[in-house]
Amino acid sequence: MEEIIRIEDLTYSYPDGQRALTGINLAVHRGDSLAIIGPNGAGKSTLLLHLNGILRSEGLHVKVFSEPVTDKNLKEVRRRIGLVFQNPDDQLFSATVFDDVAFGPMNLGYSEAEVRQAVAAALAKVGMSGFEHRSSHHLSLGERKRIAIATILSMSPEVMVLDEPTSNLDPKGKWQLIDLLRALPVTRIIASHDLELVAALCRRVVILDGGRIAADDTAERVLNDKPRLEAHGLCRPAEIKSASESVTPFRG
Amino acid sequence: MKHSFLDRYSDRDSLIHRLDPRTKFVAVFLYILALALTSLAVWPVFAVYFVLIAVLILLSRVPVLYILKRSLLIIPFVLLIAVFIPFFKGGDTFASFTVWTWHVSASYHGLQVLVTILVKAWLSILSLILLTSTTKITDLLRGLEQLRLPRVMVMILSFMYRYIFILTDEVLRMKQARDSRNFGGSRLWRIKTVGKMAGTLFIRSYERGERVYTAMAARGYDGQTRTLRQLNFGLSDLLFGAGFGLVVILTLIYNYWH
Repeated sequence: MEEIIRIEDLTYSYPDGQRALTGINLAVHRGDSLAIIGPNGAGKSTLLLHLNGILRSEGLHVKVFSEPVTDKNLKEVRRRIGLVFQNPDDQLFSATVFDDVAFGPMNLGYSEAEVRQAVAAALAKVGMSGFEHRSSHHLSLGERKRIAIATILSMSPEVMVLDEPTSNLDPKGKWQLIDLLRALPVTRIIASHDLELVAALCRRVVILDGGRIAADDTAERVLNDKPRLEAHGLCRPAEIKSASESVTPFRG
Repeated sequence: MKHSFLDRYSDRDSLIHRLDPRTKFVAVFLYILALALTSLAVWPVFAVYFVLIAVLILLSRVPVLYILKRSLLIIPFVLLIAVFIPFFKGGDTFASFTVWTWHVSASYHGLQVLVTILVKAWLSILSLILLTSTTKITDLLRGLEQLRLPRVMVMILSFMYRYIFILTDEVLRMKQARDSRNFGGSRLWRIKTVGKMAGTLFIRSYERGERVYTAMAARGYDGQTRTLRQLNFGLSDLLFGAGFGLVVILTLIYNYWH
C-alpha cells in the first residue's frame, strides 16, 4: 500500500511555549481508516493541523505523499488532504452554501463549469442538493456539518481529515453522518473521543494522550482493552456506577 | 437559534424584486445623492421625491407598515444630532425659553434646517429599506462585486452578514448565563459586568477569526479572491433605470433652476 503520510519524531510547542506534541511517529497508507482518540487537550487537533501544512515544524518531520510540505506544494497538499474542522460555523463563512462549497475549487483555479459541477457533485454526495442558495445560519447543525464536509469533497481530496465530526449531534444525526462518511471512497483520519463512531468507521486506532502516542493498534484490540481506555480517560471508570446500580441514598 | 432575516420580504416577487441588484443599488445611490444635494426647505422637490419612493414601495408589495416601522428607527439618531440646530442658527426667533440661568431661543431658520435634515434622512432610509427588502443580501453583494467594489470590501460585508447572527447568539447565551446567576446589584457592578462581557465577546470573535482563517487556508486560500458571477441586466432594468434617473435628475435641476 502506498504510504501517504509519514510523521517522524514530530514535536510541537505553542507560541507561548506550552508543549503540545512530543515525539509523534505515525504512518498512514492509502485506504486506511484511522482514528486518533484521546481525552480533551491531548493534542488531537494540533496533530491534524500538521497534516495539511497549517502548522509546520522545522525540518523534515512530516512527509505527505513522500515529500515534505513546502510553500511550493502547499496548495496541492491542501487539495489532496481535506481538513474538516470541528465547528461548521468556522468552516462555513460565506453568505450562501454555494459560495462555501465553491470556495476550494475556486482557489484551485477551476473554470466556472468545473466549479459548478464540483459543487453539485459534492452536495449530492452529502445529500444536500438544492441547498445551494440557502444561508448556512438558517440551517440545522446536522445540515451544516454535511455542508462542511461538502466544502472539502468539492476539491476531490484523497484523504479526509475530520476533527470531532459528531460532536454536539443527536444520535440520529450522528448515525446519518457515520453512514455518509462510510460511503465516501477516501482515506479517513478521524479525531474523536466518540468510541461508537470509531468502532463504526475505523480499522486502526491511535491513542493520543498528553501529546504522545500511547497506543497504535487495530480498532478491535484498542477498543476492547477497557483498562487501557480507562487509563486514558476514554471510557467510564469502573468505580463510577450508573444511577440504577448506585446504592447511595438520596440525601436531600 | 432562530433569527429574523435581515432581508425580510426579499423572497417575494414584484416588479421591483425582479430588477437587477445593480440597477437598484445605483438608483438608491443616485436618489440619496440627489437628496443630499437638494437645497434647504424646497418642499415641492421633497414632495416629488416622496411620491417617487412611495410609488416604488407600493409597487414592491412589501407591507407599508413594516417599512414605516423600520424607517422610524432612524429618527432618534437624527434628532440626537440635529435637535440643537434651531438654537444655534440665527434669524427670527419663534420661541425662547429660560432654562435655569440660560436664556435660549430657537429660530425659524434653524427649524427649517432641522426639518430638512429629518426629511432627507427619512427619505434616504426609506429607499435603503426598500432596497434591502426587495433584494437578497447575497444578490446585493454579488451586484456590488460586479459594480467593481473592491473584492475585499465585498468579503468584509459578506463576513458581517454571515457572522452577525452567530455573534447575536453568543451575546444571547452570555446574557442567559448571566441572568441565570441572578445578575443584579449596584449600578457600578452591573456596568462593570457588561463591560467584561463586551471584552469577552471581542476576544471570542478574534479567536473565531483565527479559526475561520485556518479553515480558509485549508481550502487553498492564498489572499487572492476569486469569483464567478453573472447577473442579467434586462430591458426592465434599462427602462426602470432611465425613468428613475430622469425623474431624480429633472427634480434636481428644478431645485437649482427655481
